[in-house]
Amino acid sequence: METYIGKPVKRREDNRFLKGAGKYTDDIKLHGMTHSAFVRSPYAHAKILSVDTSAAQNAEGVVAIYTGSDDCGTFGVPCGWQVDFKDGETMREPMHPLLAKDKINHLGEAVAIVIAETLEQARDAAELVNVKYEALPAVTCPKKAMEPGAPKVHDQWEDNAAFDWCIGNDRAEVEAALTSAHHVTEMTYKNHRVAPNAIEPRSYIADYDVNADKWTLYTSTQNPHLVRLLLCAFALGIPEHKVRVVSYDVGGGFGSKIYHYTEEALLTWASKEIGRPIKWTSDRTEAFLTDAHGRDHIVHSKMGFDKDGKIVAHLTDEYCAMGAYLSTFAPAVPTYLHGTLFQGVYTTPLIHLNVVAPFTHTVAVDAYRGAGRPEATYLLERMISKAAKEMEIDPAELRYKNFIPPFNGTSEPGYQTQVALQYDSGNYHGVLKRGLEMLGYEDFRKEQAEARKNGKLLGVGLSTYIEGCGIAPSAVVGSLGARAGLYEVGHVRVQPTGKVSVFTGAHSHGQGHETVFAQFVADKLGIPMDDVDIVHGDTDQVAFGMGTYGSRSLAVGGSAIIKSVEKVLEKGAKIAAHKLEAAEEDLEYAEGKWTVKGTDKSISFGDVSLTAYVPHDYPEGVEPGLDFSSFYDPTNFTYPFGTHIAVVEVDSDTGKVTLKRFVACDDVGNVMNPMIVDGQIHGGVVQGVGQALLEEVVYDGEGQMVTGSYMDYAMPRADDFPMIETDRTTTPCPHNPLGVKGAGEAGAIGSTPAVVNAVVDALAHLGVTDIQMPVTPMRVWKAMQN
Amino acid sequence: MQISIKVNGKEYSHDIEPRISLAQYLRETLNLTGTHIGCDTSGCGSCTVHVDGASAKACTLLAVQVDGCEIKTIEGMAHGSGMHPIQEAFKENHGLQCGFCTPGMVMTAADILKNNPNPTEEEIRHGLEGNFCRCTGYHNIVKSIQHAAEKINA
Ligand code: FES
Ligand code: FES
Repeated sequence: METYIGKPVKRREDNRFLKGAGKYTDDIKLHGMTHSAFVRSPYAHAKILSVDTSAAQNAEGVVAIYTGSDDCGTFGVPCGWQVDFKDGETMREPMHPLLAKDKINHLGEAVAIVIAETLEQARDAAELVNVKYEALPAVTCPKKAMEPGAPKVHDQWEDNAAFDWCIGNDRAEVEAALTSAHHVTEMTYKNHRVAPNAIEPRSYIADYDVNADKWTLYTSTQNPHLVRLLLCAFALGIPEHKVRVVSYDVGGGFGSKIYHYTEEALLTWASKEIGRPIKWTSDRTEAFLTDAHGRDHIVHSKMGFDKDGKIVAHLTDEYCAMGAYLSTFAPAVPTYLHGTLFQGVYTTPLIHLNVVAPFTHTVAVDAYRGAGRPEATYLLERMISKAAKEMEIDPAELRYKNFIPPFNGTSEPGYQTQVALQYDSGNYHGVLKRGLEMLGYEDFRKEQAEARKNGKLLGVGLSTYIEGCGIAPSAVVGSLGARAGLYEVGHVRVQPTGKVSVFTGAHSHGQGHETVFAQFVADKLGIPMDDVDIVHGDTDQVAFGMGTYGSRSLAVGGSAIIKSVEKVLEKGAKIAAHKLEAAEEDLEYAEGKWTVKGTDKSISFGDVSLTAYVPHDYPEGVEPGLDFSSFYDPTNFTYPFGTHIAVVEVDSDTGKVTLKRFVACDDVGNVMNPMIVDGQIHGGVVQGVGQALLEEVVYDGEGQMVTGSYMDYAMPRADDFPMIETDRTTTPCPHNPLGVKGAGEAGAIGSTPAVVNAVVDALAHLGVTDIQMPVTPMRVWKAMQN
Repeated sequence: MQISIKVNGKEYSHDIEPRISLAQYLRETLNLTGTHIGCDTSGCGSCTVHVDGASAKACTLLAVQVDGCEIKTIEGMAHGSGMHPIQEAFKENHGLQCGFCTPGMVMTAADILKNNPNPTEEEIRHGLEGNFCRCTGYHNIVKSIQHAAEKINA
């Protein structure tokens, strides 16, 4: 019997994608569908003096125009996470209106929606809407936003802070340890703002059916149920059971499609007003202006070491931008998804992080691939490498000295950090050792010395990361301010013929759930993969769900499905025992059938399924049917880890950095499909390297975006990269049934500091100790001249 | 304006607004939604099709500009449920994740291989410069095209 777990099974979703038959939201056309365009603010901060829609109303094809004065979505879109000030003051949570009425708080904020028969008519009429603004000074830098006299984003509070927060040991204790440390490494830098840039722009269609009194929202979201909940319970106050949210194929998310956006709510509201379906699809510039961004931290950090190179204390202060409004997960990103990873893979005994999170006149900042964890890893891994240079210790050796020793989380306990978490299992030595072997570290150092003699600038950069995935135990996140539980739902419906439909609350936007989930369900049931179908992305089909982000689909969503599979087998055994006239204890299940131990008497999964639905000869007291739904709430996060190593060459004339090699040894726990895990790592690495070398969202002093198109925003291209060398170690997760940890974000977490470390290493002999990301030729060249 | 074009072997004739892009025409008028729009400004390559046998970005061509031309889109790469060797190679090498860039990648790959049946890795990467993929890190796309070249040349 063929088994599937651990094999590079080819993806079934590829058949439709490769034929151009994927069903992305913009591909859908509904009968009577209208199109829409937004009138968006050309200012980052302004008063709206007047909005005149009269010319637009009369334009050809216009169906309706709504502005902030219309009674749309009284409550605005909500924030899903509450992080209060450390002195107890409640998080400042401004109303996030669906359309701005009196005041603009970021470039591209919507002032009006124009709905017309065709897209061209909607866009033409939007041009005719005449808005008068009074421009106001703006602030886009999170640190400047906290300076006295900074322009205020929301007038009702005395300054721009949304909250401030700290975690770890007592600050005074950490400061004292730093004062008496043998060596202190210090860095000030910006973990700059980047745009997620899923290649599919956001797209929505809202459709109100007057006869059924029901709404359907087709949306390019990563979590349809959460969108429905936020839309119904908060933004519009409409009944949840009357709303169906559908997200079929979604062209990448990387965090940016987690959130409930204003356009989703507005279209839903307006579709009832006009009684027709409305479509809106973002163009790329709108995507740059309105999709939530990532990162944007200003960091000042000190790390103290004793004379043997052991870390004794770590103190960091950060300003982390929230943008103009609080996006769904925004407050969690620089806090619970960031500060809690400050232990890294090291035994640091004293840690303190303070975060000030200001509003800025920019679009919101929220989770972007890795969310808070890449920023934590960048900090730790740059600091360690910088300290190694300063103390003249090899960067690998300094890491080895400070690693938490291996622990499996079963016979050895998990590792309790100074910053709230308990790591599940880990072997940090193992990944670094393997990564160095893959690279040929010692040979590389010789090659580097040789190259330097010839004037060639080669550098190697290491990074050993840990991340917290499988988000998350509901009670834990609840105590940390989450306004939702973070379990997952897995529903297994065995059809009478023994074919299996699986409904999952996780959502695939490229990860390959349709294949991977079918792999393990087929194995657990001992049936062919072709007999298992995976359904996701439709709230009318899937009971509930929390969606996909934080590498949670398999660890949490997969575990929920396993629970239901176990229930199926448990009930199946009762039916099988009855049919075989044997005691349940005497049965064993393998290869798709129940067999009476030690005999050849058996009954197949298919026959038991049929019996469950045609229960003529049936065990007493057992309900017909074979259909189970389960909620799985994890007992802990999962903690994947790994080592990433970059080799770069710097052009001494131009400062251009070429990535020569990239080695990734990751430990994501057990692997269901190695082909897909490698693919996740490749994609993550390229995004992380993109941040290190190329990408940056730049707002100028007035809050205008300088990088609002693919002409200005440097996306990584195929010819920026070598082949990526991957390998794995396997340390199973001890607390979920598949032993998986998650692989979606690893690449983007480990790679960024590895590359910057490599660039600094290449230039170290010139006295360069740090370069601000993205490490552009100009910045490198300037660093070399100093 | 009246245009007559041949798309995937079929003749079409429509009266369209002159400002409609080829990508919109394919998607909206012909319902060929495999041609994706990721940017509208020639930046991302999601909309790549073949115009008279050469690859072109359908988002920045007006439909009226290709009046009289022969267009091939992803839907025309293979018939029925079969796959073109390039499509097969993408599947075998996991050259796609979310699938959004994929039609453009396949059309570009076909163009690369048409002009250079035995490209080096560097030549493939260079040939993909105009196509963004945010999911795969390009690694498996490059492998897919190498593999497709082997298949086609075999
Ligand atoms: S849509 Fe044509 S290049 Fe992006
Ligand atoms: S597969 Fe998602 S953009 Fe390429």
